[in-house]
Amino acid sequence: MAAYDLSLRVWRGDSDSGDLQDYTVGVEEGMVVLDALHRLQQTQAPDLAVRWNCKAGKCGSCSAEVNGRPRLTCMTRLNLFAPTDTVTVTPLRTFPVIRDLVTDVSYNYEKAAQVPAFAPGAPAGDDGHHRMKQSDVDRVQEFRTCIECFLCQTVCHVIRDHEENKPVFAGPRLMIRYAELEMHPLDTHDRRDLLRGRAGIGYCNITKCCTEVCPEHISITDNAIIPLKERVVDTAYDPITRLGNRILRRRR
Amino acid sequence: MSTSERHTYDVVVIGAGGAGLRAALEAHEQGARVAVVCKSLLGKAHTVMAEGGIAAAMGNVWPEDNWQTHFRDTMRGGKMLNQWQMARIHAEEAPARVWELEEWGAVFDRTPDGRILQRDFGGHRFARLAHVGDRTGLELIRTLQNRLISKRIDVFMECTVLRLLTVPGAADRPGAGRASDEPEALSAPARERSSARVAGRIAGAFAYWRESGTFVRFDAPAVVLATGGIGKSYQVTSNSWEYTGDGHALALWAGAALMDMEFVQFHPTGMVWPPSVKGILVTEGVRGDGGVLLNSEGRRFMFDYIPPVFAAETADSEEEADRWYTDKKTARRPPELLPRDEVARAINAEIKAGRGSPHGGVHLDIASRRDPEYIRRRLPSMYHQFTELADVDITREPMEVGPTCHYVMGGIKVDPSTAAATVPGLFAAGECAAGMHGSNRLGGNSLSDLLVFGRRAGLHAARYAQSLPAHKRAVADDAQIDATAAAALAPFAAALTPGSAQAGTASAEGTASSAGGTTSARDSAGTSVSPSHPPENPYQLQNDIQDVMQRLVGIIRTESELVRALKEIETLRSRARHVAVVGHRQYNPGWHLALDLGSLLTVAECITTAALARRESRGGHTRDDYPSADPAFATLNHVLRLRDGRLVLTTEPLPAMPPELAALFEDAGAESRADRGAPAGGKGS
Ligand code: SF4
Ligand code: SF4
Ligand code: FES
Repeated sequence: MAAYDLSLRVWRGDSDSGDLQDYTVGVEEGMVVLDALHRLQQTQAPDLAVRWNCKAGKCGSCSAEVNGRPRLTCMTRLNLFAPTDTVTVTPLRTFPVIRDLVTDVSYNYEKAAQVPAFAPGAPAGDDGHHRMKQSDVDRVQEFRTCIECFLCQTVCHVIRDHEENKPVFAGPRLMIRYAELEMHPLDTHDRRDLLRGRAGIGYCNITKCCTEVCPEHISITDNAIIPLKERVVDTAYDPITRLGNRILRRRR
Repeated sequence: MSTSERHTYDVVVIGAGGAGLRAALEAHEQGARVAVVCKSLLGKAHTVMAEGGIAAAMGNVWPEDNWQTHFRDTMRGGKMLNQWQMARIHAEEAPARVWELEEWGAVFDRTPDGRILQRDFGGHRFARLAHVGDRTGLELIRTLQNRLISKRIDVFMECTVLRLLTVPGAADRPGAGRASDEPEALSAPARERSSARVAGRIAGAFAYWRESGTFVRFDAPAVVLATGGIGKSYQVTSNSWEYTGDGHALALWAGAALMDMEFVQFHPTGMVWPPSVKGILVTEGVRGDGGVLLNSEGRRFMFDYIPPVFAAETADSEEEADRWYTDKKTARRPPELLPRDEVARAINAEIKAGRGSPHGGVHLDIASRRDPEYIRRRLPSMYHQFTELADVDITREPMEVGPTCHYVMGGIKVDPSTAAATVPGLFAAGECAAGMHGSNRLGGNSLSDLLVFGRRAGLHAARYAQSLPAHKRAVADDAQIDATAAAALAPFAAALTPGSAQAGTASAEGTASSAGGTTSARDSAGTSVSPSHPPENPYQLQNDIQDVMQRLVGIIRTESELVRALKEIETLRSRARHVAVVGHRQYNPGWHLALDLGSLLTVAECITTAALARRESRGGHTRDDYPSADPAFATLNHVLRLRDGRLVLTTEPLPAMPPELAALFEDAGAESRADRGAPAGGKGS
């Protein structure tokens, strides 16, 4: 694939109004969608609003919808499309637009602020430090690879077209945050009431759309949400288990 | 002016990378009212890109390790130009900072007996980098970020600081009047301490919101700068767009001193292909985990580049080097794990000699040395990065790599123990501070640096603020605000009315503005439009700055090129006065870039000026015309300040190490002593 002229269609506008605009941008081998957007900025649209930081798939800033699919624009190679294809880039649909491709993602930060902090128990080692086996933290580490790109949040149908669900559902990204804490070998908090309540885990009906778009390939549904649902159900409907848990926890 | 938004804090932390977050947490812990102000969203700072790990002598893998060995490695890596007090504090406190992260929720990779696992890295005698695969920086940021959120600390996201606010006079002398021109008012020693210039003290910061383009003012007696580095002044860099040297420039403009600015680290292994990803980092962990560097002839060329100072502890055969990964007692370390400056220069030399790889790098091969399963587990992001961006499967074929601008050792001159800059009320930590790494930083010492000194900066900023009762907290005059705001908006006028006279405003106090002249809003001078000069495009200007630095102030430097660079920077500075932006103030990247040009030009001039003055080669500064280390330069640091708007360079003697620490270097051989240069106390020229 040598250099060619890419037909790029970009949503331009702000919170009041906006529409798709067509551009032709010269691109070369190896370029990603974000490169094409930058070139557009440098040559034709200097005020095109785009959020990005690392350009290496590590910070999760550059999320947008490319031909309707939520993606990291810095990790989306142009050779995914035929040179004759029009590539359409639009802002994440689930969040309010600030300008062009930049959206207001504060919903995610608000939900994060509701998660009770990590609360470790006493260290097990005689040197005053904790001990954890690698096999006990593998799962937690999987969740902690999350780069907070919010692609899973934007694709989740519970909130994608349902503004009314945002107050009652924290979204898949936050589900793995809860899961990470719940499954952390050292943590002593019990967040299950919260999960059932304010985080609204019951709204998820396991469509797995979130898992499909995760650029970190985190098994959001299978490894986080389903096990959390099981835990929540246990405590909700089984008073004996619940009592047992309480007693066990207190002994810790 | 649209400056109605105003906030009052005890401590304002600028930057939300590891250093900034750690500083904010500590200041909060001390009871101070804290705000974090950052250019991006919380959790996106450049720290997330740190891959390898946090260097700390915890001794989990090698019980023999201790702070003295870490201190020694750090000083030798920095070619003995480090401020020894900082290197010592860092080595002593790093383990506590790592364990504290675990207490706050970080989940490091584990040893078989359940402790924090530590990995090998260049320049470190023992495996001492606490890590999480190759995404340690992300782990660090998330841990600090989550704690910050749980402490309900105020964060101003996507908010960029344009200048620091100051009031005249030192904090302990309220009502001393406009002391900035009255050095007589100070005792002679005090005058010497402050280099005969009392710039005043900090009163806050002035910023704009990206989202709305409106201004916001912070009144605070203490400011912590934690803004990271300067990589975006180079074309090929591993750094994100934020790394425009803001903290360096803000400090300089506020009257503070910078130090060691000639030392820029080019990381040996950045991606070289495809062009659009050129510069993206390939972690040193690849080499730490067994990867080797090969030239086009398939030769492990690093054996040809072992400098005498490291010969005693570096393997001289492939057999010994390979054995070292499992047997550190009898085998010496592979030359691929020499400090970064050595490896970067070697790669540069191989490429220049025509033994490079097809796309102008060299080969980094782990595929033929470790099994695919191991590679994917140890280096998941590298595997991912190469498959996604370069169609290279690193478990099957070698990577192509070459040097990339990665880190600046130089920065704001700080007190080793309190992180205080030379202006009262100003503190700095992390990459934007100088002294810890000397002339070259070891891998892994950055994350530990920002934890150790981030905490100290937050601690001392809080104490300083708390020592000032409310009535002693002077408030900056509105003139600083008005001048900065007017200058920041000038590029819009320049675009709207090409040909009109003086669309911008001259700075209200033109003398205290920029390094050697005036540029954009960042150094509070005006943009002006002259009929004869066409409007300048900020993207083009940034590109041209990067081009000058890459071409003339890169890995290998020489006098004539540095002199030319200074001239070209001057030209760019005058062009930048005509920068024009289109559109409006809401989230306008063209405008934001126009406002960054002032910092970029300032750091470019600082790096070049210091590089010209250092007529020797040491660490991250290599001179073609002075290829070896010179004892005369071994004991002095270059310090830069603004005087009457001009950049002034002075030399300061390196503090001498106490005998018990100096003794740690005794057995390191004569070369090391030569490297250390003249005995301590030698005068700077
Ligand atoms: S699996 Fe649940 S959280 Fe994920 S997208 Fe579907 S409904 Fe949303
Ligand atoms: S879970 Fe995956 S998709 Fe969701 S925010 Fe994290 S990295 Fe992005
Ligand atoms: S810019 Fe960081 S993930 Fe795309």
